[in-house]
Amino acid sequence: MNEKVRMEGIFKRFPGVIANDGVDLDIREGEIHALLGENGAGKTTLMCVLAGIYSPDAGTIRIDGEKALIRSPRDAIRAGIGMVHQHFMLVVPYSVAENVTLGLNKPRFLLNERKLEAEVGKVAQSFGIQVDPHAKIWQLSVGEQQRVEILKSLYRGAKILILDEPTAVLTPQEVRELFVTLRQMARAGHTLVIISHKLEEVMSLSDRISVMRKGKRISTVNTKDTNPTELARLMVGREMLFDLHKEKAIPGDEVLSFYNLHALSDKGLPALRDISLSVRSKEIVGIAGVAGNGQRELAEVITGLRPATSGKVVVNGKDVTNNSPRQVIDQGVAHIPEDRKGTGTVPNLCVLDNLMLKCYRVEPFRNGPLLNLSRIREFAQKLVKQFRISTPSLETPVRLLSGGNVQKLILAREIATFSELMIAVHPTRGLDVGATEDVHQMLLEQRSKGAAILLISEDLDELLALCDRIDVIYEGKFMGEVPAEGEQIETIGLMMAGKKGGTKEPEAASLQAHA
Amino acid sequence: MTWDVILATLAAAIKAGTPILYATLGEILAERAGILNLGLEGMMLIGALTGFLICSMTNNPWLGVLAAISSGALLALIHAFLTITLRAQQVVSGLALTMFGMGLSGFIGKVVIGVPIVSYFRPFDFPILSQIPLLGEVFFQQDALVYISYLLIPILSFWIYRTRPGLHMRAVGENPATADAMGISVTGIRYFYTLLGGCLAGLGGAYLSLAYTPVWLENMVAGRGWIAIALVIFASWDPLRALLGSYLFGLVDAVQFRAQALGLAVPSFFLNMTPYVATILVLVFATRQTARRHLGAPTALGIPFAREEKT
Repeated sequence: MNEKVRMEGIFKRFPGVIANDGVDLDIREGEIHALLGENGAGKTTLMCVLAGIYSPDAGTIRIDGEKALIRSPRDAIRAGIGMVHQHFMLVVPYSVAENVTLGLNKPRFLLNERKLEAEVGKVAQSFGIQVDPHAKIWQLSVGEQQRVEILKSLYRGAKILILDEPTAVLTPQEVRELFVTLRQMARAGHTLVIISHKLEEVMSLSDRISVMRKGKRISTVNTKDTNPTELARLMVGREMLFDLHKEKAIPGDEVLSFYNLHALSDKGLPALRDISLSVRSKEIVGIAGVAGNGQRELAEVITGLRPATSGKVVVNGKDVTNNSPRQVIDQGVAHIPEDRKGTGTVPNLCVLDNLMLKCYRVEPFRNGPLLNLSRIREFAQKLVKQFRISTPSLETPVRLLSGGNVQKLILAREIATFSELMIAVHPTRGLDVGATEDVHQMLLEQRSKGAAILLISEDLDELLALCDRIDVIYEGKFMGEVPAEGEQIETIGLMMAGKKGGTKEPEAASLQAHA
Repeated sequence: MTWDVILATLAAAIKAGTPILYATLGEILAERAGILNLGLEGMMLIGALTGFLICSMTNNPWLGVLAAISSGALLALIHAFLTITLRAQQVVSGLALTMFGMGLSGFIGKVVIGVPIVSYFRPFDFPILSQIPLLGEVFFQQDALVYISYLLIPILSFWIYRTRPGLHMRAVGENPATADAMGISVTGIRYFYTLLGGCLAGLGGAYLSLAYTPVWLENMVAGRGWIAIALVIFASWDPLRALLGSYLFGLVDAVQFRAQALGLAVPSFFLNMTPYVATILVLVFATRQTARRHLGAPTALGIPFAREEKT
């Protein structure tokens, strides 16, 4: 196989971090090359350099053996490089055809929608990509939007296609479809680079794997000559524990239950449609589903951040439906919100203040109307140590901390006072392996201490590892419930795509009668 | 009230609405590309003064208009440089521009206060069309700048919705990162439409001093720039709706003026106030509707863009 791309000595610094520290990488024509590494290893930065989004501080890029100057996305497109970003680069109000042809000079001036759509449709078909060119982006599922992104690059004649975490937002079935498409493309002579941190995925799809760690390329291996254990060691730099120690626990009393819950989304559309569930102490119940199917709204309704239009939320036997967030907190509810820097913390306030957000008004942190600063400081210091939050000082603004440390801070604050119920939304999203392990351990610890935990996540492996049972949400409804066992992954995938299933209906369904 | 009075009031409404229309159209273009320019009032004032000065020097109102357009663009260039290149706060920069325009025009304009000009834009009957009963009298016995504004509406609508440059402009206002990744020059497009917006604001100002009341008065724009900013939301960034909104305001203006002339037993202060009260009402109405139906505000409006900035 010929060498298609060679990157030499790529160096890229962002304020305060070196994202790429002299990276060399070669990519061969027609191969599927996986770029593996933890979050923050510099994979995306490296590929953004190749796609002209970032300009490197040093280093050269060769394409087909010739030195290429790529200083803007336009240069990259001309060099035949296309990138599908993790957060899709689509103009949401536009149609598929408009998005695909955006930035092209053909047609030069007048837009003839019908002609444009016909042309885009034809190209899509020739690549075996199924998508309606007339549809608006907001009408499409995430999987379809991804297809539009791929089509966009192919339409521009891209020979090298980079995909950044392409499976993060897909159901297992959609992942399989995507892989079929990608393999087809590779057979047709396209060169593919897949950025990922999922070992199984990389093993099943790629021809070669380059592992990155802390801004450096550690090694490149042939997929057939390696195994997940070796990859994990390369990725993390130490042996990894794959199995979490989950003790058997017998669930206790019912802590949270909600019946026939309805709520609206920000857009005023129904987000929750008649869902019911109960969670008992000493158990973790997982909510699986593709993003945007009502998970966020569910967490917000329970924690009092969003009104329920009908239905009932009961915590510890007390009706807290549409109570204020503070009333809900006072019932012993902890919340790890989806949006760490928006809902979870005040980024411009320091670590100390953020740790105190929930308990500043209880003794001993309060001294009449004043804050008892010495007590607060003592307590914050203890939390920082106990939860291994790495911060230069207590006075450091939270916005300067890494994602993992912000998450540990939130956990510390929420766990500090024992909570009987914890609502955790995507608690490990965007965290590296080490921080993820920590967060998982903390959640399991809470469970064994007797808390009831509702865990909302898109990461099926995480749900299967932590939960006792898993409910699948689709368009604001529960599709069914399964016990958290590995062999259920197929069923869960089908339910995530809207098929009813599971071994039994959600537990609370039986409670509807007397609700 | 006779037909004559009604028709004359409507014709006056169009005249009064035209400067607001120009400014609104200009702001729509800039905001569609993602740049909020609160300097409208300042650009209109400078446009009105420059147009008036050049016209009184050359006796050619067209040269005056040209000068007004250029001066509006020049002021917009300051805003563009600050907000696009230096990525300053758009609100702050716009407000500064308004204050700058007010001060500068007041200062320079002192010499020409009350000076009459000989040639300015006078109404003339548009051939054939002015003969249409009722409509002709309202729409086609106006001056040249009004006729040009009629033409501008279909041109801009077509430009925004049906052409590739229009598609690119909207893409830059909706999602600059995407536009950039697709090889569109976000900076170039934002500069272009900010300047174009300045041109139209200058033209709107010139309409006041070269057609509406052919004289220079300090602060003669009198809040019309702010009305235009409110109208952009009311119009939900659409040129045709901007036309309706502008004429609605023109009507409020014309009616209050006539009411004063008729000697209505209401203090003139209250009548003078009506356009501004109407602005507040429009804003309340329009923003409520916006909140409810997401009336097409460009998503990236007011947000600076930098390729390498992590968000």
